[in-house]
Amino acid sequence: MRSFWRVFFVGGAISYRALFNWISPVMYVTTMLGSPLFQVLFFAYLGRFSRLQDDTFFVVGNGVQISAMAAIYGMTMGIANERNFQTLSPLLATPANRLALFLGRALPQIASGLFVSAFGFGVGLLLLDFHLGWSQIPPLALVLVVTVSSCTCFGLLLGSIGLRARDVFFISNLVYFLMLLFCGVNLPLDALPGWMSAIGRCLPLTHGIEAARAISRGAALGDVSGLIVTEAAIGVVYATAAFGLFRYFEYEGRRRASLETM
Amino acid sequence: MRTIRLLALGWLFHVKGLTSSGFFVLTSTVQPVIFASIAFFMFEAGARPGTLLYVALGAGLMGVWSSTLFGAGGAIQWQRWQGTLEITVSAPTPFLLVMIPMTISAASIGLYSIAATLFWGRVFFGVPLHFAHPWLFVLALPATLLGLGLLGLVMASTFVLYRQASAFQNLLEYPVWLITGLLVPLALLPGWVAPIGWVLSPYWGMRAVRESALGGDPLVPIGMCVGLAAVYLVLGALFLANFERLARKHATLSLT
Repeated sequence: MRSFWRVFFVGGAISYRALFNWISPVMYVTTMLGSPLFQVLFFAYLGRFSRLQDDTFFVVGNGVQISAMAAIYGMTMGIANERNFQTLSPLLATPANRLALFLGRALPQIASGLFVSAFGFGVGLLLLDFHLGWSQIPPLALVLVVTVSSCTCFGLLLGSIGLRARDVFFISNLVYFLMLLFCGVNLPLDALPGWMSAIGRCLPLTHGIEAARAISRGAALGDVSGLIVTEAAIGVVYATAAFGLFRYFEYEGRRRASLETM
Repeated sequence: MRTIRLLALGWLFHVKGLTSSGFFVLTSTVQPVIFASIAFFMFEAGARPGTLLYVALGAGLMGVWSSTLFGAGGAIQWQRWQGTLEITVSAPTPFLLVMIPMTISAASIGLYSIAATLFWGRVFFGVPLHFAHPWLFVLALPATLLGLGLLGLVMASTFVLYRQASAFQNLLEYPVWLITGLLVPLALLPGWVAPIGWVLSPYWGMRAVRESALGGDPLVPIGMCVGLAAVYLVLGALFLANFERLARKHATLSLT
């Protein structure tokens, strides 16, 4: 059991340092903070122009969604780059517990995603017409933890696909932008056609954003508990599918001797 | 004549190369269509009438900027990674003439963005494709691409001096969309933002394309695109000469 947690925490931290050694402070600030900063501003101003909703709607939607920078891109790289860097074979030759090995990689991305989201909300508070009371922060933080974790589970799924797919980064890029459209980030779900909102409800972020918006408008934690549970359940489903795919591709890779075939 | 042939063939070669890249297909067609869809739904739900063609063109130009930013901004860096930089610099052809078609082709595949958002808007959102000055629209497009492509030359020759250039590329996508008024009118932004937009060709390109499509006087913005392109060409040539001099002096041409 001790070994499980060691692989989970220490292994996760070491893998982050190894796979993301190219992220310098400048790169992190410009990519993970600079780009989201302007994303929040862009959609808030577009919202003002379209007269659709107030700033709160867009700050909360984008403040939550920008966590997908870490949760989707970061998590995809956290799994798929083992193959690209040719380190997958030695990794899978170890007897380390696969679940700990797999889930441990998610922890640094969840932390990074939460930091990026908190920054996005800070941007809204400082630069836009967005307000948040002290009493709203703990429930909002809980919603963010659940939502970012759920979205990271989705990223795990994409990362697992990256163990086999030729260009998973195309897929993760596409998913990131589609989430802007399908997950109610900048639009109320009822403004979308039925089939689009149905897809959105099966994706992470959607219920979390709805819960975060309700809290930022004064709802209590109990009022949004159903949304939080749904968001968490969606994350569990994606994590299970991701781990299943990971084990399947490991098994297939061993059988065909194609673990690191590009 | 040889120079024109070099520019034309270089342009065609790089357009083909970029078109076969999954990343650029995503940037120049899929991403603008997604942004256009978001904006269409926002304007429909916000009951802001008469803005759908405005949105389609704006989202298309956003794609032109993204293609330019990623395609032209990193043009020299990409040659380094591919190991072709030494060959192109040491060739008898001036390096500037090798770079110009490269950066203009990056802006040119932005045409896919405009075509994609207009097609998408027409088919799925019923955007009316009635252009106020169709001939000026046809003139505005190449002027815009020229302005953006040569802005790309300036970016390529300055970004290459920084190891973290790709970080700046990631940073510059949304701000330029915002400060050049591609979807949000500058009047909604703080007053100090507008003068920044005036020195950037996407602002004039947006006005040229939009005023030729929706009505107005597009000749001034078209002229501004061409004028700014000339300024960018001079700046790009100076920066490129400086980069080449420094790289030769310090023997850092192929160092990433």
